[in-house]
Amino acid sequence: MRDRASRELRRPLTGFALAVCGLASALTGVSALSQTSAVDEIAKYRAALQEGNPSELWEARGEDIWKQKRGPKQASLEACDLGLGAGVVKGAYTVLPRYFADSKRVMDLETRLVYCMVNLQGLNEADVVKTPFGNGNDKKSDIEALVAYVTSESRGIKMNVSLDKPEERDMYRLGERMFYFRGGSHDFGCVTCHGADNLRIRLQDLPNLTTLQGAQKAYTTWPAYRVSQGELRSFQWRLYDCFRQQRFPELKYGSEASIALTMFLARNANGAAYDGPAIKR
Amino acid sequence: MTHRGRSLMQALTRVAPWLSALALTMGAIGCATAPGDAEISARAAQVLKSSFKERGQAKLDRLDQDDTQRLCTEYAGKPLPQSVIDKIQEENKSTLRYPADGKLLGDWKNGEKIAQEGRGMQFSDDPAGPVGANCYACHQLTPQEVSYGTIGPSLYRFAKIRGYGAEMQKYAYGKIFNAEAFAACSNMPRFGHKGILSEQQIKDVTALLMDPQSPVNQ
Amino acid sequence: MADPMKIRANLVGDSTEVKVLMSHEMETGQRKDAQGKTIPAWFIQNVAATCNGKTVMSAQWGPAVSKNPFLSFKFKGGAKGDKVVITWTDNRGDKRTDEASIA
Repeated sequence: MRDRASRELRRPLTGFALAVCGLASALTGVSALSQTSAVDEIAKYRAALQEGNPSELWEARGEDIWKQKRGPKQASLEACDLGLGAGVVKGAYTVLPRYFADSKRVMDLETRLVYCMVNLQGLNEADVVKTPFGNGNDKKSDIEALVAYVTSESRGIKMNVSLDKPEERDMYRLGERMFYFRGGSHDFGCVTCHGADNLRIRLQDLPNLTTLQGAQKAYTTWPAYRVSQGELRSFQWRLYDCFRQQRFPELKYGSEASIALTMFLARNANGAAYDGPAIKR
Repeated sequence: MTHRGRSLMQALTRVAPWLSALALTMGAIGCATAPGDAEISARAAQVLKSSFKERGQAKLDRLDQDDTQRLCTEYAGKPLPQSVIDKIQEENKSTLRYPADGKLLGDWKNGEKIAQEGRGMQFSDDPAGPVGANCYACHQLTPQEVSYGTIGPSLYRFAKIRGYGAEMQKYAYGKIFNAEAFAACSNMPRFGHKGILSEQQIKDVTALLMDPQSPVNQ
Repeated sequence: MADPMKIRANLVGDSTEVKVLMSHEMETGQRKDAQGKTIPAWFIQNVAATCNGKTVMSAQWGPAVSKNPFLSFKFKGGAKGDKVVITWTDNRGDKRTDEASIA
């Protein structure tokens, strides 16, 4: 049906096979069987999940919202320039974040969507960003739906974030430094969990975001339907939730730090085919 | 870009993406100087602080870096000079506080609960709720627990391998209290110095590692 | 009215393969909210599929089915262009019907 499904099946298994080998050598006299079978079972669960990704429900809703005439200006988002020209959705996620001349700033997908909703449709910014992360049937997020739709139109296209503009280079450098920022009560930084190969927290494998392979694998699978959340989660959410667990205060939605970190990670993923929206535990 | 240039860029990107970005920058703007690491670190810290808002028990002062955090950020991604290692370890060593009654071992059963507890100090946590050390996030400990992380080394058979004596007890307690007294820029939180765990809790976790009866040493 | 289902129906040999993604909270009725109050049960109880008006699959579901359920089934027969209609009803009496043509 969708050959993406068969690709998805192969990849997680390879990753877990490697993890199993690493584990077997690290164990000393402990029940190796129960350890590797736990990791294998999770891999099987993940493989079984690949079909019927509920993110399609968000993609469908997002496409409707994109095309709908909304706000005081009764305009649709079809005139929104996501970086490849007004209304061009196909491939747009692979060139974001990028510098936009009209707003004179570097923007990621979510800040760009907010910008278009405010400027093209006349919607109130505070209203638009009130519920960036949905929670159940009663608290849906329009932005999450739009993110699902826009990113689905980049599926299979290679990441191609540019650093041509000085503002983009600056954002990249800032993001890189923030990645290494140690702070909070626990001295955590992104680098604590994502700075080396073959690490995992409890049984959750951690991508090494300082390498090409790690960054590619991680960045091209967000946004994703998070089964444990029952929601489609965007990259802004991923950053927000990492910082929560790092014991930092709350990351402001669409903040400069969020764009800088997204720039750093998106650029590091260049060359890999975008593979979202994905499905994760 | 030439073929050789492209291969070099690819290699650089694999090793350190920031290097390739820098190379691009310097190539693009000629002989310009890149901002120094200290300068970027300072700006990153500034932008970070303005990008967060306080919530629950997590106030903005959590983003104020102490010397240790600032140095570890500045030198991140590069080898630490010996002078910086010594400075960090000395500063953190001076924070070590041992129990007044000289008893370093508490109850390992409680220690296991603290090792399993992943909550504490997040803005989503109840400030009156449990605060754990979340040891299993990073370490293997008891053989019964298969859901363990690998960010830190395995602690299985900790004392069985190293000995149960007073010196080892002091080392284990100290490491939990402030890991950076022994390893500059360690990934391990400084549980005692940063007020994450109480003295009794640290004794309990020390017992988990050092008590001959603890499942860690079976 | 609930969000639309995504339905795909494909002829494979002499059978039709149908895959449906439904949007539903599927609340078990066992969970408690932050205040300790039980969140009321809300789940799909019946699913019926017809092809050209004839029932080809019916199911009775309970709270064990997960949120945003994915349903996949096959039935013998069907031809390209035939309409497959799926209807679900939940314990609140809410209902949703969507259809797709066999490809």
